[in-house]
Amino acid sequence: MSSQRWVGQSVKRVEDSRLLTGRGTFIDDHPPVANLYQAAIVRSPHAHARILGYDVAAALAMEGVVGVITGDDVAKATKPFSVGVTAPVHYYCTATDRARFAGEPVAVVVARDRYLAEDAAEAVLVQYEPLPVVLDPERALDPDAPLLHEAVGSNLAGHRRLVYGDPDRAFAEADVVLAERFKFPKYGSTPIETYGIIARWEPLDGVLTVWSNFMGPFIMHPLTARVLGLPENRLRFIVPSDIGGSFGIKTSIYPYIALIGLSAMKTGVAVKWIEDRREHLLASSSGTDRIAYREVAARKDGTVLGMRFKWFDNVGGYIRSPEPGCSFRPSGNFVGPYRFQDLEVDASVVMTNKSLTGPNRGYACGHLYFETERMMDLLAEKLGLDPAEIRRRNLLQREQFPYRTPTGGLYDSGDYPAAFAKALEMAKYEELRREQTKRRAAGRYFGIGLALAVDPSVSNMGYVATALDPQFRAKPEYLPKSGAVDSATIKIDPLGRAIAILGTTPQGQGHQTIVTQIVADELGLRPEDITVVDEMDTFTRVWSISSGTYSSRFGSVGTSAVALAARKLKAKLIEYAAHLMDVHPDQVEFRDGAVRVKSGQGPSYSIKDLAGRAHWHTESLPQGMEPGLQATAVFGFTVSQAVDPEDRVNSSNTYGFIAEVMAVEVDPETAAIKILKYVTVHDAGTIINPMIAEGQIYGGALHGLGGALYEELRYDDHGQLLTGTFMDYLVPTASEAPVIEIAHVVSPSPLTLLGSKGLGESSSMTVPAVIANAVSDALAPLGVRISELPMTPTRLWELIQAARPKRKT
Amino acid sequence: MKMSDKVPVRLTVNGTSREGRCEPRKLLVDFLREDLGLTGTHVGCEHGICGACTIMLNGEAARSCIMLAVQADGAEIVTIEGLAQAGQLHPLQEAFREHHGLQCGFCTPGMLMTALDFLHVHPDPTEAEIREGISAVLCRCTGYQGIVNAVKAAAPALNRSR
Ligand code: FES
Ligand code: FES
Repeated sequence: MSSQRWVGQSVKRVEDSRLLTGRGTFIDDHPPVANLYQAAIVRSPHAHARILGYDVAAALAMEGVVGVITGDDVAKATKPFSVGVTAPVHYYCTATDRARFAGEPVAVVVARDRYLAEDAAEAVLVQYEPLPVVLDPERALDPDAPLLHEAVGSNLAGHRRLVYGDPDRAFAEADVVLAERFKFPKYGSTPIETYGIIARWEPLDGVLTVWSNFMGPFIMHPLTARVLGLPENRLRFIVPSDIGGSFGIKTSIYPYIALIGLSAMKTGVAVKWIEDRREHLLASSSGTDRIAYREVAARKDGTVLGMRFKWFDNVGGYIRSPEPGCSFRPSGNFVGPYRFQDLEVDASVVMTNKSLTGPNRGYACGHLYFETERMMDLLAEKLGLDPAEIRRRNLLQREQFPYRTPTGGLYDSGDYPAAFAKALEMAKYEELRREQTKRRAAGRYFGIGLALAVDPSVSNMGYVATALDPQFRAKPEYLPKSGAVDSATIKIDPLGRAIAILGTTPQGQGHQTIVTQIVADELGLRPEDITVVDEMDTFTRVWSISSGTYSSRFGSVGTSAVALAARKLKAKLIEYAAHLMDVHPDQVEFRDGAVRVKSGQGPSYSIKDLAGRAHWHTESLPQGMEPGLQATAVFGFTVSQAVDPEDRVNSSNTYGFIAEVMAVEVDPETAAIKILKYVTVHDAGTIINPMIAEGQIYGGALHGLGGALYEELRYDDHGQLLTGTFMDYLVPTASEAPVIEIAHVVSPSPLTLLGSKGLGESSSMTVPAVIANAVSDALAPLGVRISELPMTPTRLWELIQAARPKRKT
Repeated sequence: MKMSDKVPVRLTVNGTSREGRCEPRKLLVDFLREDLGLTGTHVGCEHGICGACTIMLNGEAARSCIMLAVQADGAEIVTIEGLAQAGQLHPLQEAFREHHGLQCGFCTPGMLMTALDFLHVHPDPTEAEIREGISAVLCRCTGYQGIVNAVKAAAPALNRSR
């Protein structure tokens, strides 16, 4: 057993020195190759238009220009990307036959510097024939709606009706049935560092090297290789150790990797492209906007018997992998923390003339819990129950863990009632209710919101196949998918210090620090004796297609890989030391960085001793022992299985829990929402570094708040983006950020080596629900109910005005 | 004169006089990063909102993405690279490290420069003032709490070193 001296401590971050002094290694900071040329991308001004032709002669003649790549080149030289549905959607890295959203790339100009490239981009002439536009996912399914992809025949990229248990019976037997329609906005977590790519082509070796701030999953590497017609071992992805935030958004950079890669291959020069903010808001990635119809069936006592979900997820002009994860990523936790068994999910994934979507912090869970938790409140209201009580009556109980959900999820550990009770207690829930009565009597609008959520971490790749029909999955040529592995290598140098090498792509989560803590504990070293290397390089790192830093993976699977590598190494050190001492390995123990005989007799060997001998004097190794002191571990979960014929899938591997309470007061005149209290309790198993964990919660909560109150990629009727700058796309500043009271409950995961689970997405998935519930509760005397986000002051003001008794003017 | 003809720009950066030649249309932030190799100053929006590119220009915080390098000719500039002295972190940098005022670190240079300027003007700020003061810089990682705590903690140390 290793002593836990460092795990559990708020160790200060090793990343900070370089980042605080301007010495970070972001993609735009250090040219990895000399003589870089710069790309500027020409984008469609139309949301929907046929492309009739290009005239690049003027651009090519301009100063400093070395090449122009158009959609015609792309159509000739590349393949479309594979998509996660069977519909024949041809998605290339630029528009080819038509542009399907405003801002879609149509050409690239490569020039000596960015200024010249942008000059020339303006001279690229593209002839368009504008087409009618459709933006609303329900409207897009009308038979007479403008059609985006002729080959598909409709705007429906995919549709699944998933049935678990017997929802029809549940609804037939219910005492009460409620239905509600919800709208969730399209927003993106807009990392402050935009996309950046550098590509170099070696024609003689046939190797394309791409540096970028891609975050994984590296499943996109084989996808990109296929598009460019390269063998996978001739396409090298390198990710520098610093990425300026991502929150899921930098998953979707890969089509640009193909585009800039192709530009390098075509022009013969090394090409760099740094996205600007307008491009980012226009055409990078966001979560989906969704229209949802929810129904709940319950008994009079508040027991939920079943639910029906009906979704229209808007993925924009094409469906880009890993979509339709927007519908299926939470498959295993569709029921959230509740016990009901009967569920129907009717998911339509729709293409419209908006920008493309993909993972965004909380991927699909913000949508899911907004709807479910609003329904729980509506049900409580209908039955005259306290919202806390109705949740208590439906919550999974501690003794039910590990719990197999009706949709196939396996909740590994938890004590939901305890965490919920803690949140209520911290918020002084009863007192808040009394306060509400007082303020209401005084004509004020004070409300309390609750939200509970199962927080899934480490996606099992298998979930994506839920999008496909079981009949399709049953075909012999279909290759099932499953898995979620991560790897780490640790080596000990001749002086007994360690280097840990990761295949992760952190974006601010402090992996280097966390790894020093784990390795220090496992090997009895000091954190400062450990150097952590976390630049990703597909040529030199041990990786798998699920590698990367997304779906809150690191705290769960990444840390397990590190611990496993350290334990392998420790076993070797023990065996070696026992050999030196001439005793059986069972008789020695590893304690405080040294191997000694358990009885306390005889010599002890420190790691430094052992490392020196092992490296300098290999003859001293026991017979058959492999020389060298390094270990590589690849950690995977056996619970990551493919989706079964009944559409059940354990879509993630570890599952945490979140319980939140928020109190707000709404000013009916201005519609301003004041957050008076916000409590969040998390169960993410063992917490490795509380400071870093809290940082994730603060950040996640503010993303949720942004989506709930301010952020929305809005379009006019012609599909033109109205929020193309940070002046219009409103991101919360420090003044809007609430004070948060955070606590933890610890139910260690039995599946990870340290008992930890991920919590990177955390409250981003609960805040939309908790604040919508709080505001609805505040405005209950007016009968205002929040079913649509974001609750911008205008939108809320209109709701209040419509509900208020008309005053005489 | 062609757009791409270069003109000289001379300025003092972090106490050292520097000189370069650039196009008149070149942004100051691009000049700092590309011509002077000072890549600590970051670009997050290029339209004056995010604050990532904030530097000290003649003693006051300024956004280097919405001015041209030629406009800064003759100016005195401090960038993030000039904050730590003699291998020692500035007390504000220390406070950011101590209070987890950064995650990805991309907004951090601009945030530090803004906070520094703010603390010069408000040596003993309230929490609400700090929030207001740093609201000129967007951070998408931290939820700002760590930054607010760091600025609060740094205020007394900065006052002492005045
Ligand atoms: S880059 Fe200058 S304010 Fe955003
Ligand atoms: S630390 Fe990442 S944007 Fe502020």
